[in-house]
Amino acid sequence: MSVGDLGFFLIVAIALVLLAGEAVAHPSQFAQVLVFGLADGAIYALVALGYTMVYGIIELINFAHGDVFTLGAYVGATIMAFFAGASEDSFLVANLIALLITFPVVMLIMGAVNITIERVAYRPLRNAPRLAPLITAIGMSFLLEGIMFLWHGPATVHVPDLLPHGAGFQTTIGGVFISFKDVFVVIAAAILVTLLAIFINGSKLGKAMRATAQDRDASQLMGININRTIAATFFIGAVLAGAGGMIWGLYFNTITYNLGFRTGLVAFTSAVFGGIGNIPGAALGGMVIGLTAAFSDNYIGSKWTQVVIFGILIGVLVFRPTGLLGMRVPEK
Amino acid sequence: MSLLELKEVSAFYGRIQALRSVTLEVDQGEVVALIGSNGAGKTTTLRTISGLMHPAGGSINFDTRDITNTGPETIVQRGICQSPEGRRLFVRMSVQDNLLMGAYIRTDKPGIAADIERVFTLFPRLKERRTQISGTLSGGEQQMLAMGRALMARPKLLMLDEPSLGLAPILVETIFTIVREINAQGTPVLLVEQNAHKALEVAHRGYVLETGSIVKTGTGKELLESEDVQKAYLGM
Repeated sequence: MSVGDLGFFLIVAIALVLLAGEAVAHPSQFAQVLVFGLADGAIYALVALGYTMVYGIIELINFAHGDVFTLGAYVGATIMAFFAGASEDSFLVANLIALLITFPVVMLIMGAVNITIERVAYRPLRNAPRLAPLITAIGMSFLLEGIMFLWHGPATVHVPDLLPHGAGFQTTIGGVFISFKDVFVVIAAAILVTLLAIFINGSKLGKAMRATAQDRDASQLMGININRTIAATFFIGAVLAGAGGMIWGLYFNTITYNLGFRTGLVAFTSAVFGGIGNIPGAALGGMVIGLTAAFSDNYIGSKWTQVVIFGILIGVLVFRPTGLLGMRVPEK
Repeated sequence: MSLLELKEVSAFYGRIQALRSVTLEVDQGEVVALIGSNGAGKTTTLRTISGLMHPAGGSINFDTRDITNTGPETIVQRGICQSPEGRRLFVRMSVQDNLLMGAYIRTDKPGIAADIERVFTLFPRLKERRTQISGTLSGGEQQMLAMGRALMARPKLLMLDEPSLGLAPILVETIFTIVREINAQGTPVLLVEQNAHKALEVAHRGYVLETGSIVKTGTGKELLESEDVQKAYLGM
């Protein structure tokens, strides 16, 4: 174990001990923070998966990914507004139908948008120096934010509150307030991550994606069409980000055009924390960062939360650049 | 008409010319060796055939069809498979999964299963390690896996790039024995080697490549006995 690893584990250990102390001293408050952290973390995990998959396959930090997430929420809010029968007052079958239609439509639209971004902005730069697509990704991020700004202006946009809520859909267990929304966020994210894992490990395209991520030339020599495989990776990343945007919108009910900037950076931190390019790592990193943010909000103060999260990013990059689950493979 | 025909193929890396009017053929049933020193253009020749690079001039025909500007994934489907230089395994996948990747273009599951067994018969060591992550194999085992993986596509032509590079002498012997065996089972082989002596012993015919041009050709035996080749490549 290197000095860097030692420092990394030492810091993690100290944080865990402090948290354990709080958990014993004020168990219900601790559990409440845990619930918030899990819900946030689930959303970060969905967005982090897109960062890590794209990085894994073409070694690009797709800075526009956070804005694809926000655009998903915007498109979702627009589509849900069409369902005149849906009501925010209570849970109706109409709400359920609206959600069942909106989710897949948003996910498919975002997938298509991301494929277009890859085709127009990144593929022509596939063999350019690394900095070129990176800067293009930042430009694409501003472009998407600009489009959302022109669409709805700088003010917050309301997302219809279609999930079951109110007195009948929340409960307090041992002083911990839990709503249907909290449970929904975690379960929806868990289902999506499970589907992704089945797809990556089981399907032919999933195998092609893993192979292309490991060795692009060798994959071509196996007969894999790498353009199609890379496009599929962008598609799936955006499907998850679009779902994440929808879930965020339904959970918090307000979005702004620049939401993706901060959320994207936090999700990116999650991906790096888990080990960039590592898919289970991104899911785990999202949960850990979500929990860290919630604990920081509550125990340190919310104004310090960004300092804590981006401090973690710097710490991981300095002490353990391969992340929590990242691994080095010997080459012979 | 030969199985594979390169006619006056030239290729560039940027402004540097790597191949100058290379003409070569591989016939059904043959082992053809392509020898030459570092930087002579051996690997470039294979990359141009497999479609990872496209020639700036000349033409490539395979199995009566023009593949000069065909993409690599289509060329694999036409029947050319390569064990690339440096093996290029999928190092985070198991031995078995690497072999399955080799059969990526195929859909006949029973045939694939039978071919995995066939590869395990050729390389019993791989069978012992079928669930091991390929990045943790020894160099020799990795080479065997790279060759096995290329065979999994049931190629009409197998191209091997430096299969003996960096291997212990006893393993070099094994690898060339297996090249013979693969050929005896009916697959033509285009073999790129720095180990000219071994390669020419196995090959029916050979080409000598020097700074991007073919400077000599003949049967394996002729080249082994040629004074120029002995001086330049066999250290005699």
